[in-house]
Formats: sequence, structure tokens, C-alpha cells
Amino acid sequence: MSLVLDILSIMAICAGAFFFFAGTVGLLRFPDALCRLHALTKADNLGLGLVVLGLLPRTGGLLASLKLLAIWALIQLAGATAAQLIARAARRKGPAP
Amino acid sequence: MSVLQALDLGLAALVLAVAVWTIFAREAFAAVVGYVAYGLLLSIVLVRLFALDVALTEAAIGSGVTGVLLIGAAARLREAEKAAADEQPSEPQRFWASVLCVLVTLALAGVVLSLPDPAPTLAPEAAQKLAGTGLGNPITAVLIAFRSFDTMLEKVVLVLAVVGVWSLAPDRYWGGAPGAPRAARPESTLAFLAQLLPPFGILIGIHIFWVGADEPGGAFQGGAILAAMWMITMMARLTEAPPVSSIWLRLALIAGPAVFLATGVAGVAMASGFFAYPARFVKPLILFIEAFMTLSIAVTLPMLVAGPPRRLPRR
Repeated sequence: MSLVLDILSIMAICAGAFFFFAGTVGLLRFPDALCRLHALTKADNLGLGLVVLGLLPRTGGLLASLKLLAIWALIQLAGATAAQLIARAARRKGPAP
Repeated sequence: MSVLQALDLGLAALVLAVAVWTIFAREAFAAVVGYVAYGLLLSIVLVRLFALDVALTEAAIGSGVTGVLLIGAAARLREAEKAAADEQPSEPQRFWASVLCVLVTLALAGVVLSLPDPAPTLAPEAAQKLAGTGLGNPITAVLIAFRSFDTMLEKVVLVLAVVGVWSLAPDRYWGGAPGAPRAARPESTLAFLAQLLPPFGILIGIHIFWVGADEPGGAFQGGAILAAMWMITMMARLTEAPPVSSIWLRLALIAGPAVFLATGVAGVAMASGFFAYPARFVKPLILFIEAFMTLSIAVTLPMLVAGPPRRLPRR
């Protein structure tokens, strides 16, 4: 059982790391501000979600697992809001950023 | 070299790189963004050093609140920035400035390198006396019990900072509220966040203050989170800063240091001396002081960010 959980953890965290990597590549390579934001929010939401999923079996307690999930939810909220605000500011600054 | 060591080295290199980038950034706003990233990386460094309390404070105050303050300053200086950039200092001025900077750096490096090894420490003694406070978190014991006078003065400094900010008010606005008048249409995304987040933020802030007795956390970190909740509702224009003449605001600002000082003076009568706590009530007293400190910090930081009064007082 623990082996299955370990494999699940490793797979989920690796997948999360891949999304962070892809988000970073997008941030560096995409042509304009809106595209870069698009790449970045995927890393935040999905990448962190997968890392949290991978860490869940390793917390050793319900409270710690709930805290991890709360952190993920709060970061999603903050990330989505910040992305919206930056996108709005970028659009206000110029027609085609 | 193990994986963790390699990660630590990479982290250290990253912190240095961001620090250098921040110094060389041409625009004030870019430098502030670099500074915030630097603060967040530094808090990861502190986690790696197992200084969780310091890491929390660095993330909340060093990076968060200071970042907001500096962004406000950069926005206000934006118009002056171009004029300042046009005023190029002369060659000899630049030469001597760089010589002085190098000398300061060398002196600092010399001091750091000549520190005694092992460093002088009071840690074993503090750990020995921890049981007497009834607290589980040695950081809180040091802050509120062992060096309580210093901590009290730190809070006085915060109040003085607010007085300094308020004293920038033009005479006609004295007694009015800080901040520009309410915008006609609030930024909807920010308003959404400012409505959704505070219930959770207030809960987390109080939780971090409360667990500070036994685990990483405490008045400063909890107060900073509560302050952030007030700041975000003010930024989203859902609430307005109270006028600086408000008696409740002023009482909340000084509540922490005042209660702290009163408890310290009461120690002369109730216990063995100034800032001594009666042995049976050490933990309740510390939590009592910390509660008022949390309140004061939660009010002080938003008032620093809100700035000097910019509106006519209501008559």
C-alpha cells in the first residue's frame, strides 16, 4: 500500500514540476504580456495542485492535509486575481502589448 | 554533495543574483518588484535555516508590507524620476561615490569575516529558562519575556513611524482621512478578492497569533495578516481609512505598547521588578500582551500604507 502511495506521490509531484517548467518556458518565450500570463497561471493552478496532491499522502494527518489544500485554494485565488489585474493594466497601457 | 546542499547553493546564488538585479534595475518600480522577489527568496532561505518565525515575518513584513509601501512610493516618484535621471552626476562625483561604496562593502565584509567562531550565544540559557514561561515557542519567550523591553520599544517605533507619516499632512487636511476620495467604480476583480478573502484571512491571522505561544507564529505575523486584510479592502475601495482624528484609531494604535508598558510597570509591584511577570501568570500575561500587540500591528501597518491625511476633516 505504501509503495503504491509513494509511486502516486512521485508521479504527481513530477507532473506538477513539469507544469511549472512549462509555465516558466512560456513566461520566457511567449511574445506578449497576455500570453505570458496565460502560461503562468497554468503553472500556478495545475502545477501547484499536482504537487499538493503528491504531498497529501505524506502529511500524516487530516489537519495538515486540509492546510495544504487551503494553501492551494488561496494561491489559486490570489494568482487568478493578480493575473486579471496585470492583464487589465497591460491592456490599458497599450492597444497591443 | 547531496541534493539538498546543491539546492541550497542554487538558492543562495539566486538570492544574490536577484539582489544584484535589484540594484542595477533602472526604474524604481522594477527595483521594487525585484526587492519583493528578493524578500520571498530570503524567507525560503530562512526556512532552510529552520528559522520559521523569522521566515514568516520576512514574508509578511519584509516582503509584503514593505513591498506595498515601496510600490506606493515608486508610483508617487514616477513623475520626478525622469527629471532625476536627467541630472547626471559629474565624473569625479561618481568616482568618489563608488570608492566610498567599495570601502563600506569592504568594512562590512571584514566585520562579517572576523566574527568569532563559534558565535557567542545565549541560546542554551534561553532554552533552559523556557519552562518558566509556560510557552512552547522559544522565539515568543525571548520576544515577550526575556527581552520584553526591546520588543515594546520596537512597537513604539512603529507608532512613531505613523506619527511621522501623518506629520506630512498639509495643515488644512489635518484631522481628515488618508487616501484619495473614493473612485466612482471599484476595480471589480480586486473587489471580488477583497470580499472573499477577509473571512479566511482574519481567521488565519488570529490562528497564527494564537499558535505563536507554542509554534512558529505570533503577534507580528498574525497582525501583519490582519493588516493585509484591511489593506486589501481599502485598496478595493470597499472601506475607507478612518480620519486620523478618530479616537478609536488612536487608541488602537497605542494599545499594544501601552498595555505592554503598563504590564511592565505593574511588574514592579506584583513581581520582582520592571518587566518581571508574576511566576504563576506568565503565559496568560504574555498572551494578553500579544493580543493587544496584534491589534496595534493590524492597525499600524495599514495606516502606514494609507499615507498622510489627504481629505478635509469633517466639521
